[in-house]
Amino acid sequence: MSNSLAIETKLLTKIYGSGNTEVVAMRDVSLAVRRGEVVALLGPSGSGKSTFLTAVGLINPPTSGQILINGQLVMDGPRAVVDPTAFRREHIGYIFQKSNLIPFLSARENVQVALELAGWRPGKARQRALELLDYLGVADRAGNMPAALSGGQQQRVAVARALANQPSIILADEPTAALDRSRGRQVMELFAKVAHEQNAGVIVVTHDERTLEVFDTIYEMEDGVIRPGAGHAHHAMPAEAR
Amino acid sequence: MNLAVKDIRHNLGRFALTALGIGMLLMIVMGMGGIYRGIIEDATLLVDKAGADLWVVQRGTRGPFAEVSRLPPNLVDRVAAVSGVADSRKFVFHTIQREHGGKPLRMAVLGLDWPTDRGEWLPLMAGRPLAQNHYEMIADRTLGLELGERIPLGNDTFAVVGLTSGMIDSGGNGLAFFTALDAQAVQFDLPGEAIRLERAARRGRADRIDLSRTQPPLLDRAEGESAAIPAIPPPALSAVLVRVQPGVDPGAVASTISGWADVSVHTREDERQLMLAGPVEKAKLQIGLFRVLLTIISAIVMALILYTMTLDKLQSIALLKLIGAQNRVILGMILQQALVLGTLGYGIAYLLGQRIFPRFPRRVILTDSDLIELAVIVLGISILSSLLGMWKAARVSPNEALSG
Repeated sequence: MSNSLAIETKLLTKIYGSGNTEVVAMRDVSLAVRRGEVVALLGPSGSGKSTFLTAVGLINPPTSGQILINGQLVMDGPRAVVDPTAFRREHIGYIFQKSNLIPFLSARENVQVALELAGWRPGKARQRALELLDYLGVADRAGNMPAALSGGQQQRVAVARALANQPSIILADEPTAALDRSRGRQVMELFAKVAHEQNAGVIVVTHDERTLEVFDTIYEMEDGVIRPGAGHAHHAMPAEAR
Repeated sequence: MNLAVKDIRHNLGRFALTALGIGMLLMIVMGMGGIYRGIIEDATLLVDKAGADLWVVQRGTRGPFAEVSRLPPNLVDRVAAVSGVADSRKFVFHTIQREHGGKPLRMAVLGLDWPTDRGEWLPLMAGRPLAQNHYEMIADRTLGLELGERIPLGNDTFAVVGLTSGMIDSGGNGLAFFTALDAQAVQFDLPGEAIRLERAARRGRADRIDLSRTQPPLLDRAEGESAAIPAIPPPALSAVLVRVQPGVDPGAVASTISGWADVSVHTREDERQLMLAGPVEKAKLQIGLFRVLLTIISAIVMALILYTMTLDKLQSIALLKLIGAQNRVILGMILQQALVLGTLGYGIAYLLGQRIFPRFPRRVILTDSDLIELAVIVLGISILSSLLGMWKAARVSPNEALSG
């Protein structure tokens, strides 16, 4: 089963502080995301969604538990089994609430930089960046700086950058919060399209319940504990993994 | 893709202003070095240009520049008679400050030994050397005098017949060249009333001694010109300049003249060292220390600027790390920006300095070795000052990209 899973977490726990100041942000979270599957993670603020996302993204190591990506153990407790920076570069794409484009790079360069960091030659990286922007419908704004793009255009460029290295997993943290309803829906549908076409596992943290029908699976988090979302399809972890 | 250049291009106006500020700061550092070099050059200029192997001065003094030296004019002939001496010349040197055109005119007066020395060795930029024994002068252009201008000094008026460039004394005063006789006349010029009072005083002194009663005509002589009274010496020289014959050891000639009880002898190198260790020593030290302080201040300012520039793009740095940029990519970007800033600042300093330094009242001399030394220092400062920014950037967590 592991080989068909893009993401697998086992009993992930994250504790901040100690003693009287100890806060459990995430408790025994076990989750599996298949390749090509789009997962929504719902929950109120402070429920631990972002903590989970940053742990899976190898940014914020868990206190205990394991993370496997494409069947490979990458985090064993707080210890990284792989080089997190290199692994992120090759396997993980990120999209944030705000588009988070680099302000001193044009739309095309924001995508191109991710490719060059992964070792692409500048010429080929440029070509690939233009193709991605075209795929996302913003090729005509390739030379514009982020400040000259609308919120929706910025988010599309951010998606293009996240897709640049054909990651096996995509992590998105409230990617439609800054967009209107129709733009938000377009972005969510884009994730679904990308997940299916590129066979990537996608986790989207969202509050936007208007777009939930786009997702294959929905989970909810509360007080650091994850559970299947009511009324939607979901994948429970295999019992032996819990 | 060069991230450093992209960032600079995005903030071009701010970066250009920052580089201009750094450039002006470095220009001051460069200028202080040039002033330091100029003081040394000015201090030794006369010693080098005069072309003397030996300087004969009053016994026990470090004259004629470091302190007053007075020698009798006939010393020139005594020195000329020493074996191994090719020629000896009078040297008169003093500083005066008069008023000309409603402004103070301060000049270092230098007497040339007419007719053997007419100033042919001077770097004339206009006019000619002295052509007569009196009433002509050659002025350095820093004095602001025009060719053909007539300058009243004491009882006489002197015509500017030549203009030199870069002839300055250790105090930064422009040099004016006269015949030795005219230089002495300017030095010992007294107003008519002072001369009359001195003659009356002489008469009074003569009245009080027996000689005036046994030889009354002496009383009349006492009231006459000083030059007509053998007991009063002619005006003194500041030094006697000696050139030794080819093949003769200047040390041997110096040893012979040093045996005389009324004079001291300095070689050319001695005289240079006396200048550097004497009148200019404190100025040299002060400027040197000031330059060191300015260099340190430049390093601190650059470090703060680079640190601030790094703080301004912490979000971008976190984002770059999040998408897989290694620390060396980020640190390389900061180091490159520091080097670009240092290089631009240095270039601006040099270009501005070329236009501004010639307007300074003292000479500012930029030597190749000093420019190279400063370039190396700027390179060092750029690297060191980027460390603070690099330290900050290295500590940025990719997590911070999510908090924006």
